[in-house]
Amino acid sequence: MAEEPESVLPFPPSTAAGGEGLTDVSPGTVTPEPPSSAAVSPGTEEPAGDTKKKIDILLKAVGDTPIMKTKKWAVERTRTIQGLIDFIKKFLKLVASEQLFIYVNQSFAPSPDQEVGTLYECFGSDGKLVLHYCKSQAWG
Amino acid sequence: MTDDKDVLRDVWFGRIPTCFTLYQDEITEREAEPYYLLLPRVSYLTLVTDKVKKHFQKVMRQEDISEIWFEYEGTPLKWHYPIGLLFDLLASSSALPWNITVHFKSFPEKDLLHCPSKDAIEAHFMSCIKEADALKHKSQVINEMQKKDHKQLWMGLQNDRFDQFWAINRKLMEYPAEENGFRYIPFRIYQTTTERPFIQKLFRPVAAEGQLHTLGDLLKEVCPSAIAPEDGEKKNQVMIHGIEPMLETPLQWLSEHLSYPDNFLHISIIPQPTD
Repeated sequence: MAEEPESVLPFPPSTAAGGEGLTDVSPGTVTPEPPSSAAVSPGTEEPAGDTKKKIDILLKAVGDTPIMKTKKWAVERTRTIQGLIDFIKKFLKLVASEQLFIYVNQSFAPSPDQEVGTLYECFGSDGKLVLHYCKSQAWG
Repeated sequence: MTDDKDVLRDVWFGRIPTCFTLYQDEITEREAEPYYLLLPRVSYLTLVTDKVKKHFQKVMRQEDISEIWFEYEGTPLKWHYPIGLLFDLLASSSALPWNITVHFKSFPEKDLLHCPSKDAIEAHFMSCIKEADALKHKSQVINEMQKKDHKQLWMGLQNDRFDQFWAINRKLMEYPAEENGFRYIPFRIYQTTTERPFIQKLFRPVAAEGQLHTLGDLLKEVCPSAIAPEDGEKKNQVMIHGIEPMLETPLQWLSEHLSYPDNFLHISIIPQPTD
């Protein structure tokens, strides 16, 4: 049922297979490419093709929710909103029981099983997907 | 001549005869009889199964009951997908009634979202409508509505009131007269053959040259494997609300008439039954 408390998402991305971690895209840069071999372990295979290419997301805090020092991340397209919620909660050291909501366009909260790649294609702009996160329901 | 508006009623009042059976390993004090129900296609499982829950809980002890969930032939049923979509995708080739197994234990955390209350369903439903309007009207229509209008959409669905729902929903189906449709069509394409949850992309109802895009155009663009080659054998069914619309049907018309109450066209691609 509950996840093991010590299973922290690799950050910065470790050499774990599958490359589950988010890749820090240095704040301020607008390059659409993740800093490939420099930050990602050389052993990680990155199969070609659009579906495997990472996308950039920009995470913005709402209200009194703590901000993240690093706002821009490169993420696998198949990562789900739930995966992102878990990551942010760990990053901000929130208690597992605390809620976290993620919003697109400052308007709707995609369901936890939705993939960020799909949201990026429909709601991304300027090569990135802007997501707002909040500890309480901010919109709707 | 029948009015296209009749289609909205037919879609809204679509029902699936269903037989609910308690999972064999659940512990009961007496034998649990199956429970029969006509499920509204446009609604959600956890919204319309209070009676099912009560029926089975009567023969169970309190300590053997945790969150209810449903399964069909080994596949856990996602409550946040509309019922009609679940049936089309997973069960449309099987005989009626639809046999659903009811569980009160071993919640499949990996496959299902929790549904702690009706509020969770409402939040999910409204979020879908907002996403759809972001695609259709850059959120302008839904944002101009009042809180009570949002509530009316939800109450209309919850209480199965067609008129109550459509009094508000028709505004979400409007578009500027100078254009021939929405900005983008809110659609999701589901296949049982892939691990991915669904395909959703930006797709306009009208081509650059002005002609209306059809269902076939959409599939060709975003899911070419779904349609048979010109001379080839038909391998798949493209299903919405239990029917196979002609691939020549304009997508804008489908979006206005065959969308679910969440304002999305939920399209199932299923293997052609071989009988």
